[in-house]
Amino acid sequence: MHEFRFEPVQMPAAAQALRGEVRAFIAEEVAKGSFTPSGNSWSSFDPDFSRKCGERGYIGMRWPKEYGGHERSALERYVVNEEMLAGGAPVGAHWIADRQSGHQILRYGSERAKRTILPRIAAGKCFFSIGMSEPDSGSDLAAVRTRAAKVDGGWNISGTKVWTSGAHRTNYLIALARTSPKGEDRHAGMTQFIVDLSHPGVTVRPIYNLYGGHDFNEVVFDQFFVADDMVMGEAGMGWTLVTGELAFERSGPDRFLSTHQLLVESIRAVGADPDARSASDIGRFVAHLATLRRMSISVAGMLERGAQPSVEAALVKDIGTAFEREIPETFRHLIPTEPTLGDGASYAELLGMTILCAPGFTLRGGTREILRGIIARGLGLR
Amino acid sequence: MSGIRDDLLKTVDRIFGEHCPKALRESAEAGEWPAVLWRALEETGLDRAALPEADGGSGLAFEDAMLALRRSAYHAAPLPLAETMLAGRLLAAAGLAVPQGALTVAPVRTSDRLEFVHGVSGATVVGAVHRVPWGNLCAHAVVAGELDGKGVVGLVSTAGAARGVDKNLAGEPRALLTFDHAPLIASAALDDALARLHAEGALYRSVQMAGALERSLEYALQYANERVQFGRPIAKFQAIQHMLAQLAGQVAAASAAADAAVEASCLAPDEFAVSVAKSRVGEAAGKGAEIAHQVHGAMGYTREHDLHYSTRRLWSWRDEFGNESYWQSRLGRAVAAGGADALWPMLSRL
Repeated sequence: MHEFRFEPVQMPAAAQALRGEVRAFIAEEVAKGSFTPSGNSWSSFDPDFSRKCGERGYIGMRWPKEYGGHERSALERYVVNEEMLAGGAPVGAHWIADRQSGHQILRYGSERAKRTILPRIAAGKCFFSIGMSEPDSGSDLAAVRTRAAKVDGGWNISGTKVWTSGAHRTNYLIALARTSPKGEDRHAGMTQFIVDLSHPGVTVRPIYNLYGGHDFNEVVFDQFFVADDMVMGEAGMGWTLVTGELAFERSGPDRFLSTHQLLVESIRAVGADPDARSASDIGRFVAHLATLRRMSISVAGMLERGAQPSVEAALVKDIGTAFEREIPETFRHLIPTEPTLGDGASYAELLGMTILCAPGFTLRGGTREILRGIIARGLGLR
Repeated sequence: MSGIRDDLLKTVDRIFGEHCPKALRESAEAGEWPAVLWRALEETGLDRAALPEADGGSGLAFEDAMLALRRSAYHAAPLPLAETMLAGRLLAAAGLAVPQGALTVAPVRTSDRLEFVHGVSGATVVGAVHRVPWGNLCAHAVVAGELDGKGVVGLVSTAGAARGVDKNLAGEPRALLTFDHAPLIASAALDDALARLHAEGALYRSVQMAGALERSLEYALQYANERVQFGRPIAKFQAIQHMLAQLAGQVAAASAAADAAVEASCLAPDEFAVSVAKSRVGEAAGKGAEIAHQVHGAMGYTREHDLHYSTRRLWSWRDEFGNESYWQSRLGRAVAAGGADALWPMLSRL
């Protein structure tokens, strides 16, 4: 049986110093009016803000300096990210590139990919989408039907990706495609490609989400050419790469801070002298939040040590996203409010936005059911 | 893991493995003092493991003492180890000597108060305290309250004080003790003595529940792998796998919360971390026990299987030294009073 140990991690002094810097930067930007803190922090696309983050060294923090990175620790990166989310900063433009795509390119990309792409990501000028899901391939990712055929000097990709966040505004996506027919081992024969969305042969169409926002897209490739040096790793390694990528996607503070703004504004609305029920519900959430944060930081410590905490990451995401979903459901009782459609400026709008975003928390990045399957495998049940 | 911790774990597991069989748990539930087991603990110094070395402790780090306590709960050992550790720590914090033998503490109920008054030959204690753990079987209790408006800790004999003995759901004795100007054998000032007793008690119960939860998960995994229905082990059913995954989540969260509180409380209990721990672990206890039993089916609903030794403790301990609501409310009121914008700076200071 896998023993889940979330060992304690001591935040180094450098990380705590960095925390003060980031907090001051966010406060300054809010004071200047460059953004209003949003409940949708890592889905808020703001290239100007991303550029400022790049200038301050908050993107690609762990990458080597020769590729534009800053050679800082996983814990320093963790501190920057949690401060951004807690502050409701619009980090959505660079979030995916920083969290997973850049890291994958650093590990598996060609030298040209590393040289041409990573410094621009770190500068906050180059953004990524995720090209995994398809119309007939959601949780069952191995069912992807997008194909890549070998041609002289590269590959021709044809197929359709869906739920592709930000693809109408990002520069690249990493597409998972089948490069040899499905055989005995359905996880074999897949490959990841770096796709430049500015090239011809790709069509991006909006898919409006539950709250009416344009974040998702359908991305259609028609004989889209990708050069050999934009293949990630070796052809056929796609499944290994994708599962490794998902570990980075699952354990971070973005998996329990999605409703942090609503929590903060609800505490404000309840006031300094809460009734018994409000006090205990707030206390319960604080207890959950403190515990989740400790577990998530512990996973960051494992990543820092080079471990592969994919089961621990699944566990943090499962309980973290369940926590996120409870917040609107509880506060709507404590602060009777009719949720209102809008951009989140009033409490009623923030509540409304959160209710409509909430179903996504336990779907994106691996559904609750997929995560529980991973945990069960870790427990030796599969 | 350090070598000391490894050795400690081996020692603790050996003692409870040898001296805590089912028969002993049963006789303890029938009201008999587990003398052999207690003696084995005393011989290894585990009863004093949480004390600083200068006060007669065994030189273990506080974290290691709490690990020993957690293992005692994992083994469902029926004895007042937490209470003895807690009583000793209170005495030591007040600069008082720690007597030999098992000790208990009072008041443990958050609504109970004892009155401390000056008598002709020193301070005395007056009042009734409910559900004192092992209060009928420990010769001494460490009592806390206020004397002259300041926090005070005292040592009192329990001889003749027991007015009745209840059992918690795990069959552990919980006594009504009445003191009528009982003389304090020793006493000294200690700031916020009663709050400290409650917080440290809540910390120890959190640690114990983490141990009992760990055992419940192990039982559930083992049972699911062994129990065959519809031609295969029930562990192969997705419904069961998802339940066990949720149980593992509760156990992991409980461990993390308890560990954090232990780390923050080496010298004295940290109010915030303890509030978080008792709230979170208490919640995990209820949810975890529910899943563990559901997985065990009718077998776990009997005394044939040992799961009940763990789950009856979880259902008892979550309500002792303040239940989840008590600690959540303290936490919630503190957060609300500090204001919404102070929440994140407070959470992220560690």
